[in-house]
Amino acid sequence: MKISFPYMGVSHIAFKDFIERLGHEPLVPPAPSKKTLSYGVQYSPEFACIPFKVLMGTYVEVLEKGAEMIISSGGHGPCRAGLYGLIHEKVLKDAGYNFEMIIFDAPLRNLKDFIAKVSRIIKPNKIGWYKFIQELKISWAKLRALDQLELHSHEIRPYETKKGQTTSFFNKGLAMIDEAKTLKAIEEAKYEGIKLLNSVAQDKTRNPLKVGIIGEIYVVIEPFMNFDLQVTLGEMGVKTHRSIYITQWTQDNAISNKGEVDVIACAPPYLNQKVGGHGIISVGETVIYAKGGYDGVIQLAPFTCIPEIVAKSIIPQITRDHGIPVLSLTIDEQTAKAGVLTRLEAFIDLMHYQRMLKGGKPGEVLLRS
Amino acid sequence: MKIGYPATLTYYSLFPLWKIFFEKLGHEVIKSPITSKNILESGVKFTVTDACIPIKLMHGHAASLNDKVDVIFIPRMVSFFKNETFCPKFLGLPEMVQYSVEGIPRILAPKIELKKGIWQIYQVLLRIGKQLGSNNLQLSSAITAAYTALYKYNSLLNKGYFPAQAMAILEGKNSTQRVSKERAFFDLAVLGYPYQVYDNYITVNMLEILQKMGAYIWTCEMIPNNILNKYRNVLPKELFWYYSNLVIRSTYYYLREKQVDGIIHVSAFGCGPDAIVDKLMELEAKAHKIPFLTLTIDEHTGEAGIMTRLEAFVDMLRIRRGIR
Repeated sequence: MKISFPYMGVSHIAFKDFIERLGHEPLVPPAPSKKTLSYGVQYSPEFACIPFKVLMGTYVEVLEKGAEMIISSGGHGPCRAGLYGLIHEKVLKDAGYNFEMIIFDAPLRNLKDFIAKVSRIIKPNKIGWYKFIQELKISWAKLRALDQLELHSHEIRPYETKKGQTTSFFNKGLAMIDEAKTLKAIEEAKYEGIKLLNSVAQDKTRNPLKVGIIGEIYVVIEPFMNFDLQVTLGEMGVKTHRSIYITQWTQDNAISNKGEVDVIACAPPYLNQKVGGHGIISVGETVIYAKGGYDGVIQLAPFTCIPEIVAKSIIPQITRDHGIPVLSLTIDEQTAKAGVLTRLEAFIDLMHYQRMLKGGKPGEVLLRS
Repeated sequence: MKIGYPATLTYYSLFPLWKIFFEKLGHEVIKSPITSKNILESGVKFTVTDACIPIKLMHGHAASLNDKVDVIFIPRMVSFFKNETFCPKFLGLPEMVQYSVEGIPRILAPKIELKKGIWQIYQVLLRIGKQLGSNNLQLSSAITAAYTALYKYNSLLNKGYFPAQAMAILEGKNSTQRVSKERAFFDLAVLGYPYQVYDNYITVNMLEILQKMGAYIWTCEMIPNNILNKYRNVLPKELFWYYSNLVIRSTYYYLREKQVDGIIHVSAFGCGPDAIVDKLMELEAKAHKIPFLTLTIDEHTGEAGIMTRLEAFVDMLRIRRGIR
């Protein structure tokens, strides 16, 4: 069976591997592009958020290529993402596509449903549950390795002296992880990848601006959606940090990668109620970044994203209280790179100026063209 | 104490309950005036740009009460039923208003998180009453009165009165009669969230215009709960939001049981849940071959635009029915 799935960041490397392991033919979706977006916009409700439209476009692209099954994730609200699968399926079937859609909700909320869905995938190839779990472990390790490598690349990039070197080494690292087939090989590939990244020519005397990135998971993780924000900023000499990675998010929907610091606990008094999606996380993280001495925060939100609108209207108060500048970028199909770049440059200038006021050296990090 | 009640959002569902409750406890309830240009403008000024119009109106209504009251009452509507919440904007509303509107007085924001329906709200009422310093005796009579008011209000709505008329009747005023069924040419379901359908300012008097055109109007609030509950499991996965479920279930009711001539969905520009609801309604209406119109409302909605669309839609319905 030809199985496809949503495209998000570099995660397709692990998903492809997993579907292969289960004895199906993976159909890796093309990276989102203008074409994906125009398909998506054509079939989606006008006010659906951009992740919905991109997924819709991706599904159309893979269905055109002959996908027979699409696997996606569900959710339990109140964010709309939990209903995406339902609408995608209804709309695409109404448009005349014939396929099967399997939407995974959190296993512990409805175990019976989860088991039935997994069986639907593994039964045809006579794969037992034991084997399924073993394979899942390997693919999970791969997903983790990918996340760790990406995290490391963002640490290195602001210091690189040859623009683009980090990215090219990072891509080499991805290829190595892609090829690794066993747990041991994945671990080695990750180690090699990190070593490779460390060998990037760096200027450690720099003291780059530090920016935290918050917002909705899809626009934060998928470079096509945020115009490769982290790489762009990294190459401008700005160190970025984001706490949303697929593995961490899946593992624990609430705890940041700072370990014991519970993001949600940091949100009050600004927000005392979970509002679905990443709303309260965005508020809590802004507080954490403010207290952690970051120079600024960038919020990425899809247009009409409800939880992020809640966060967006509360964050100015955090700025007033803690003095941390926050740039909110709202992303939809009309957003263009030039506009985003201009705003980023202005924001960087602002942060430089603020550092200067606090007694730092002006132009400590020189922007390179 | 003077308690301010912004007359939007849950106003159309719960105001009689809260009004009687607070009044019986000896407080004064001041509701904001009906939506006007001023309210809309101040709402737009205070709210983040990409919020939907009901939320902007909420900020405007709250701001209009600024100097007139001691506290503003913005309940944090979390849920009436298990596994069902309100739109995330309702969940974060107290904070949104508090940090966005300049010079806002203290906000009274009790958390309403019920599991088995609205009648469980006495738990919340008890808590607020205690907070406001009332004793058990006062509270029990206030709660009874509040429940009675809400029950009467709901049964008036089920009889086909619009909220404004029902509230007027509860206050003992003579209410204007709505167009009687005999004089109407066709049945039209106008579905959407009550705070949009019944707000005559933002819909530029849509309900009145439609009635003048000869429509008998059916809304979500006119269906008794026990009938709506029959449509709980029409979707493979229930929606997450209380008001959206109301709209979806009403859609199925009017399509399957009532067989209306057409459906108008009133939606706000940029409304998150409606992106989903509207698509589902559209597909369902298409399957039943019933004309369907989505009216999207924002702060720039003008009468001419709405009129043109309504006229075209009504013309189509008349032609389908063979009425000239």
